[in-house]
Amino acid sequence: MLSRNRAAYAFLAPYLLIFVTFWLWPIINSLLISFQNTRVNPWRFSLSANWGRLFVDPAFYNALYNTLIILVIQVPVMIALATVMAVLLNSPLLKARPLYRFAFFAPVVVGEVAYAAVFRLMFSADFGIINKLITSVGFSPVSWFDNANAAMALVIIAITWRWAGYNAIILLAGLQSIPDDVYEAATLDKVSKFQQFVHITLPLLKPIISFCVVLSVIGTMQLFTEPFLITNRGGPGGGTETLGLLLYRQGFTSLNFGYASAIAYTIAGLAVAISLLNLVLGKEKK
Amino acid sequence: MAKIKLENVVKSFGAYQVVHGANLEIDDGEFTVFVGPSGCGKSTLLRMIAGLEDISAGTISIGGKVVNDTEPSDRGIAMVFQSYALYPHMTVRRNLSFGLEMNGNPKDDTARRVALAANILQINELMDRRPAQLSGGQRQRVAIGRAIVREPQVFLFDEPLSNLDAELRVQMRVEISKLHKQLRTTMIYVTHDQTEAMTLADRIVVLRAGHIEQVGTPLDLYDDPANQFVAGFVGSPKMNFLKAEVVEKGPGGAVVALSSDRNVRFAFSLSTEVNAGAPVTLGIRPEHFTQPGEGDADLTVAVEVAEHLGNTSYVHARLSDETVVIEQPESRHRGDGQHLTVGVPARRVFLFDQTGNRLR
Repeated sequence: MLSRNRAAYAFLAPYLLIFVTFWLWPIINSLLISFQNTRVNPWRFSLSANWGRLFVDPAFYNALYNTLIILVIQVPVMIALATVMAVLLNSPLLKARPLYRFAFFAPVVVGEVAYAAVFRLMFSADFGIINKLITSVGFSPVSWFDNANAAMALVIIAITWRWAGYNAIILLAGLQSIPDDVYEAATLDKVSKFQQFVHITLPLLKPIISFCVVLSVIGTMQLFTEPFLITNRGGPGGGTETLGLLLYRQGFTSLNFGYASAIAYTIAGLAVAISLLNLVLGKEKK
Repeated sequence: MAKIKLENVVKSFGAYQVVHGANLEIDDGEFTVFVGPSGCGKSTLLRMIAGLEDISAGTISIGGKVVNDTEPSDRGIAMVFQSYALYPHMTVRRNLSFGLEMNGNPKDDTARRVALAANILQINELMDRRPAQLSGGQRQRVAIGRAIVREPQVFLFDEPLSNLDAELRVQMRVEISKLHKQLRTTMIYVTHDQTEAMTLADRIVVLRAGHIEQVGTPLDLYDDPANQFVAGFVGSPKMNFLKAEVVEKGPGGAVVALSSDRNVRFAFSLSTEVNAGAPVTLGIRPEHFTQPGEGDADLTVAVEVAEHLGNTSYVHARLSDETVVIEQPESRHRGDGQHLTVGVPARRVFLFDQTGNRLR
């Protein structure tokens, strides 16, 4: 090894040490733990205790179902909303654009606990503003926290509120990379604004949309904050329990680290698989 | 084909006026070039004709119809952009047909127009490629093809060759010229390159700081520039300007002496009144110097640099504190400070007053 390289590695050593200890080792160790029955003392190797249990555990299927439902409904709705927001943000007619950009991005910077508390208040069955609005137009109030479907809708609304602006900002960067004169050429070709959006903006934005979808899939697969803080730890009765919550419950409530590790690997595997599928489907035809 | 008329056309961005009351008529089938330095308003004027910029005041008519409030797509124009503005995700074929398809043009007519444009521009073998797979020149052809398929009354070109290398530029210039002869459509072409303007135009419009300085055929501008700006802008290398002074004033004329060498004098017949002692500027093109003794006065300069192009040479020389460029056929000057004497024919010398206006 060159002495120059040695010096470089010496400088890198403190970081590498921390990386290996707190990042790489836990990842490897959790894989090993997932193959051990951690409900006996001492832990011993068992394939069925965790991985076998995954296939028969109704709680796992419930969490998987909830997560996928959120994924299938929330991600497309949010990306569509973010695209519309980005197009509006990009409009030359818009005044005070930096203000809107900040406003759209703000939900991401707000503390999670604060935002959850505000949502709980807004959706409170008895004195929340949402139910007030619903009843004021003649509908009966919704029990957001007691009805599983309503709770699920609440989680989806909350995540969409929080992340749509963030995705809109990413999409806005993509929109701004499309040159103006392409639209001018289309205008001269008598292509309407809507046709321009469908035939020019969307195809040119496709790689960015794809990127946002992958980010959102990964985020939703790990979803934890909203069902934990807003809908009372996945309530009602596990109605909003996601894979992330199940992992937490198994690992840190039941202290069943083996099963929690197996769930963690399942989440990672699913996120990778769905993201790859999205990339393959979205690939440009040559 | 259509006639274009601009009447007192003004463009302002907020309080800042960029085009100050332009008046211009462009004939049916004419090839007009807007030329001028960066920021002179030539592209803005073109974009106003296209409808991509609003008109702050005045009227623009195309084919006898005022188009101030007409949508760009309904003005019967097609535009070729400097950056090509091709749809990057579409094949060449789709780039050409897209506009027609979106407007519900019959499929067989679209196919006919696309095939015709592809034949004219010889891009048949590129039809299934995307813009990223094309060279700059090929992209420019596709951009022109997209304009052709619209079968417009007027073609607008916004510096279409600026992004091409020198050799390709010459080639495309010839092709655009041929295209005009073939289609006989009104064309307006914007450029900052006076060579493009001189070689392509039926008529040139010279702009400076939002004002039209002169309109005329290329040779009109070369032989009879209206002012010092046009004189300096048209011709390459540019005209030499030398400081001078009116030393004698007679009826219908004046004698002018160079400030740097008061023995070099020229007599001009002038219809404008000038005062003795008035500072003026003499303009002479590098190619108009003659052999010593053959002009009306001889000029001796100190050679600084000589650029030899083979058939001709450009000698950069000093005359007191002024620089003079002289075109010399078959010169072998090395440019090492030696003196060079050339003749100056008075009939080739232009006279300008202090504000740059031509004195005739």
